[in-house]
Amino acid sequence: MGEEGELAAEKHVRYIVTAEKKKDSFESLVMEHLRASGAYWGLTTLDLLHKLHAVDAAEVVDWIMSCYHPESGGFGGNVGHDPHVLYTLSAVQVLCLFDRLDVLDADKIADCILLQIFNITGLQNEDGSFSGDIWGEVDTRFSYISICTLSLLHRLHKINVDKAVEYIVSCKNLDGGFGAMPGGESHAGQIFCCVGALAITGSLHHIDRDLLGWWLCERQCRDGGLNGRPEKLADVCYSWWVLSSLIIIDRVHWIDKEKLAKFILNCQDKENGGISDRPDNAVDIYHTYFGVAGLSLMEYPGVKPMDPAYALPLDVVNRIFLTKQQ
Amino acid sequence: MHGQPRRPKQPEDDAAAAAKAAKLRELQVQVLHNHHTYTYTEEALGLSFKLLEINPEAYTAWNYRKLALQHNLKELSDPEAIKSTVDNELRVVELALRQNPKSYGAWYHRKWLLNQKLAPVDFKREYGLLDKLLKVDARNFHGWNYRRFLAKFMGVPEEKELQYTMDKISENFSNYSAWHNRSILLSNLLIQQSEGFESKQKIFSEEFELVIQALFTDPSDQSGWFYHLWLLAQTSTPDNPQLISSWPSNGAKLSLCSARKNEDQNMVSSPSSICCYSLKEGIIPIVLYFNDPVKGLNPTNVKLNSDFVFDKDLQWRPLVITDSGYSNCWATYLEIRNKDCSTSQQFSVEVSIPCPDDIMSRSGSHCNCPVHFTFTIELGNNNDEAHDTDLFHDPISWSSSESFQSHGKPSCVAFDQLNITSALVQEESRWNLDRLSDEIDLFRDLPDENSKFAKLTLARLLLACAAIKSRGSSLIERKGYCEEALGFFSDLINLDPSHKRYYEDERSLVLMDQLTCDMETFMKYCSVQVRSNSATLNHVQLCRLSLTRIGFTERMLWVQMLDLSHNKLRSIEGLEALQQLVCLNISNNQISSFTSLEPLTKIVSLKALDLSFNEIGAHPIDTTRYMCSSPFSHKVERCEAFEECRKKSVNVEEFWDAILFFKSVNLVQLDIKGNAVADKDSFATVVMTLSPSLKWLDGTCIH
Ligand SMILES: [Zn+2]
Repeated sequence: MGEEGELAAEKHVRYIVTAEKKKDSFESLVMEHLRASGAYWGLTTLDLLHKLHAVDAAEVVDWIMSCYHPESGGFGGNVGHDPHVLYTLSAVQVLCLFDRLDVLDADKIADCILLQIFNITGLQNEDGSFSGDIWGEVDTRFSYISICTLSLLHRLHKINVDKAVEYIVSCKNLDGGFGAMPGGESHAGQIFCCVGALAITGSLHHIDRDLLGWWLCERQCRDGGLNGRPEKLADVCYSWWVLSSLIIIDRVHWIDKEKLAKFILNCQDKENGGISDRPDNAVDIYHTYFGVAGLSLMEYPGVKPMDPAYALPLDVVNRIFLTKQQ
Repeated sequence: MHGQPRRPKQPEDDAAAAAKAAKLRELQVQVLHNHHTYTYTEEALGLSFKLLEINPEAYTAWNYRKLALQHNLKELSDPEAIKSTVDNELRVVELALRQNPKSYGAWYHRKWLLNQKLAPVDFKREYGLLDKLLKVDARNFHGWNYRRFLAKFMGVPEEKELQYTMDKISENFSNYSAWHNRSILLSNLLIQQSEGFESKQKIFSEEFELVIQALFTDPSDQSGWFYHLWLLAQTSTPDNPQLISSWPSNGAKLSLCSARKNEDQNMVSSPSSICCYSLKEGIIPIVLYFNDPVKGLNPTNVKLNSDFVFDKDLQWRPLVITDSGYSNCWATYLEIRNKDCSTSQQFSVEVSIPCPDDIMSRSGSHCNCPVHFTFTIELGNNNDEAHDTDLFHDPISWSSSESFQSHGKPSCVAFDQLNITSALVQEESRWNLDRLSDEIDLFRDLPDENSKFAKLTLARLLLACAAIKSRGSSLIERKGYCEEALGFFSDLINLDPSHKRYYEDERSLVLMDQLTCDMETFMKYCSVQVRSNSATLNHVQLCRLSLTRIGFTERMLWVQMLDLSHNKLRSIEGLEALQQLVCLNISNNQISSFTSLEPLTKIVSLKALDLSFNEIGAHPIDTTRYMCSSPFSHKVERCEAFEECRKKSVNVEEFWDAILFFKSVNLVQLDIKGNAVADKDSFATVVMTLSPSLKWLDGTCIH
């Protein structure tokens, strides 16, 4: 894989650092509400490329904390936007990158997910499912997000893990995959969320790994890229969702990594940096991150290895869980 | 962003783009301002509508509209006025969906509205919207989720929804979403035994016909093949799970393997007894192996009777977990406390499952075949304390072994386990077998003979037949099926090289089956190794066979020395069933991490391990990181071994997996050369710190 040596790493770094500053284009305004996630995508990519120092850590941490809602304990996607678990995880992940979890009140965030968000009983519902915010939308994405956030904060014990696992298992389909809710169609993104949550809670025995592995490895299309569901086009972002799931269940050898790496590298804008969903499409930070993360999972030279479940660089996750705790 | 072409920036676009951006910026600022100031006037609501029309993903604007609705409804009591407010809200959602039919925020806003039950729901409108959207994109999973939501909301019978999936499938066979929904509805109806759904056989026959029609229309479309795979899995699982193997086997005599130095002629134990090495640790494992993953073994339904006193409430634990706690292989451990008795004594243990009804498979069917077997344990005057070191006075050598036959039949009793339930093929299996044979005939005629799905399905059908046959006793037919399936896997490796290693893994299992399925074949790989102290080890050598994974371990529960060297193994899952294993050689394979060796930590008798020339430490991405217990999966919260190693300046972040492995095994002999990890500085410290009994390291005596 190395001999292609085609990853335009420096261009991508420049693309990310400058995109950070172009807040006024229509494209970035449409994404304004999820800027906290944008920060996570961009900064994780920088870290994977060994360039996290290109940004001012203190400035980022200050900005992240300006999205914090102290009354609820959650983070909004940007300053002035409502709190939601999606952006709470992104914020926590960014703080993990900089080893700055100390700025958080971990119990408060755990309580936000669990106990006293505003005036209802918490985001974990009776049946073990999780809502995204106080408005009650239920989705297995939120199960993963809540479990991942709590685990990174060493607060997983605060929820009923058995119930949470039971709910995720109730979303398992006959093709071995998982949907957004019971009965929902299998989709690589949802599968990542469910497999990731089961990994973090030590519950992978609920997965029929050969069945799911076959479904996932069949996501590889003729062009080498991965799609998210049968009979769909390949898209760089599925490099992450599918690969990480395959790695977690130890079936990643069932796909052709070389062809996939080529597909990702073909989606680069080699002039201006950035990676797009498909070859010759417009680049964005989301696909730049997923492209580089996919290469990382395939041990591409020069890219730091990622943890498949927490979606952070391996060294960051090892530091969080293996450093002696006081 | 998806599907936007990349194009160079054109200066003439700039002005227009800037104006568009300015308008959006303005709207966003205003809506957030109104949200923060609790301003819910009609004008303010209009702005949020404009914003959502441009950007339906602006979630805070949806939250704002919910708050506004709650606020404004307080002042309304006229049902008509309420209805028109709700209608207006529904229209906002519709326009947002026109901009982005996959907007999570828009779809949820609609569900939330309906759930408020403010006004009667106009279901015609709802289904009209759905039909329109699914016509544009029949795979929009938001649409399908909303359809299931509506069906539940209205209490639509599942039969009716099943018909809808039929309509969609008839429109276009290539609709995975419809096939998926069909599988969900059908399994519900079958479980509930709804009217017309009492007979699984009848329903599945019809489904097979439907899907075959689709597959013959377009053999390259995945949707039908996945549905077929599901039907096949339903057809090929055994109707009732059965015990197919156990350790100890019926009639086995276990003894402590004493060093018999020059006493060969008048052995203390009877000639047909089997050395049980775990007895040295005071433990006898009992292993039960079923032909289908089961759940529900406990001290109440598995009864142990013996004249020897031990804890009667022994817990049964799954050894190899397949799916949600269901396992083929269950174990319990007898503790033999006073093993050092000075006089020799013998006692028997009776294992029985008189009423196996509580033991259930994933499909909910019960074990219906009672189980009963006995074995004997001999405890002699064994004051040979240094037994372990005796066995390893010289390092284990993997070559020299004597033929199995020359040793009487010390362990052959174990082979009888293969026939532990040679129950005839039952009535229901007859249907399965006929069904599968019909399918095989059909697919042989599929016009596109290079369809990889057709070949793969044929291979799977053949193996399903072979598995059903193993429940009977038609060995030749069974071997024929395996042989043909192997041919298909070889074809597939050429036809679809991207999935080469999937086919290799499947092929490896068939190979394992072939090598072990009958005594005559299997004996070629079996022998007995006699150690310098006359202790014997039942030895199996499966080397240089290109195995990539292990299967059919139920036929090897009695193996004490296993040589799997020079294969392509990347996983040793399944070996945990071999509770008698003392020596394992997996050198020259593709093992790439210590985490993948976790199955070995469940084998108390394991003493010698040859890992040399593998890939441990060579890969930054560990594909079994989450398959083992670790702090990342919250299965190891506190680990003293970490502390111990830290004290010796070991970097725990680098060696956590090695530490967790070596603290859980108790090896006397280890070979690890030829792995990247062996060259790392602190690695030897980890091994030495955590392996107090280690005597031989890479062939050198270390104390
Ligand atoms: Zn994408």
